[in-house]
Amino acid sequence: MSGLEVTTGWYLTLGAMLFLIGGTGLLVRRNPLIMLMCVELMLNGVNLSFIAFADRFGDVHGHTVVLFVLVVAAAEVVVGLGLVVAVLRASPRATADDLSALKG
Amino acid sequence: MVEVVVFAVAGAACLAGAVGVVLSRNPVHAALMLVMTLFGIAVLFVALQAHFIAAVQVIVYAGAIVVLFLFVIMLLGVDRAAELSLGALPAQRWTAAAFGIGGAAVLVWLVAAVDRIFQGLPSYCAEEAAKLGREAPSAVCASLQEAGALGSESAPTATNYLIDVSAIARSLFSDYVYAFELTSLLLIVAVIGTVILARRSGYGESAPAESGETPQEARP
Repeated sequence: MSGLEVTTGWYLTLGAMLFLIGGTGLLVRRNPLIMLMCVELMLNGVNLSFIAFADRFGDVHGHTVVLFVLVVAAAEVVVGLGLVVAVLRASPRATADDLSALKG
Repeated sequence: MVEVVVFAVAGAACLAGAVGVVLSRNPVHAALMLVMTLFGIAVLFVALQAHFIAAVQVIVYAGAIVVLFLFVIMLLGVDRAAELSLGALPAQRWTAAAFGIGGAAVLVWLVAAVDRIFQGLPSYCAEEAAKLGREAPSAVCASLQEAGALGSESAPTATNYLIDVSAIARSLFSDYVYAFELTSLLLIVAVIGTVILARRSGYGESAPAESGETPQEARP
């Protein structure tokens, strides 16, 4: 069983696939809540790559960056959900296509 | 062998959850699929020796962010069959297809390139060491040497180098201390912004937002 080992490339591939699935979902879906979830998927794919590299090089900086990504993701979700609540209260069937309030 | 099985199971859970988030019609199901993905990633973090990050992943993501999503879904009453039946706009669909295919091609190429670089690194560092003699090696070779990844070519990962909480804390409060303080500023701005957003919409509708907490009334 020496031929089959989990290398860094496997983790990078998985992270890339998560990033792509999240990005495709972000483009396809129009429910703002699900679009936010797709952004979370993309961030998680990137986090997996960071940790894979940190493990490969035995470097702590990858872990630190992942902590920052987590904090920024939390802040992003809070603000994004605040916006969603504010918009959907006014018009409960709104999709992302209807969010043109900032258009000039 | 155990590593391969763990990776296969957790990776399959991640991908299934991710596809489920994108394809599910009901936002509640999407949020639960997101939990599956996040747990799979936490398992992979443990497999990658990142125990603290795995714990934070479960606590912050599954414990806070997904619960926040579910709160908003339930609060707004949008947990019904969603807009997938509308179909995407044609241009949007083409953009998404191009993003998916092109991105997959680029990323497969990138990962292959990274693997090739990894395989070439030991010989590169050996050449560099021979050329430089006693001088200091480059940063990549130095970190590889420190991690013990150069000595034995059979070790694909530097598992003899354990990164624990104290190492992360030392990095966070020395190298990244300014970024850390900026993070606190970011969180305060996010909290204040959210409060203002929620209050302004309350002013706009005045009475219904204050008294009746039932958004179902507003449905057409």
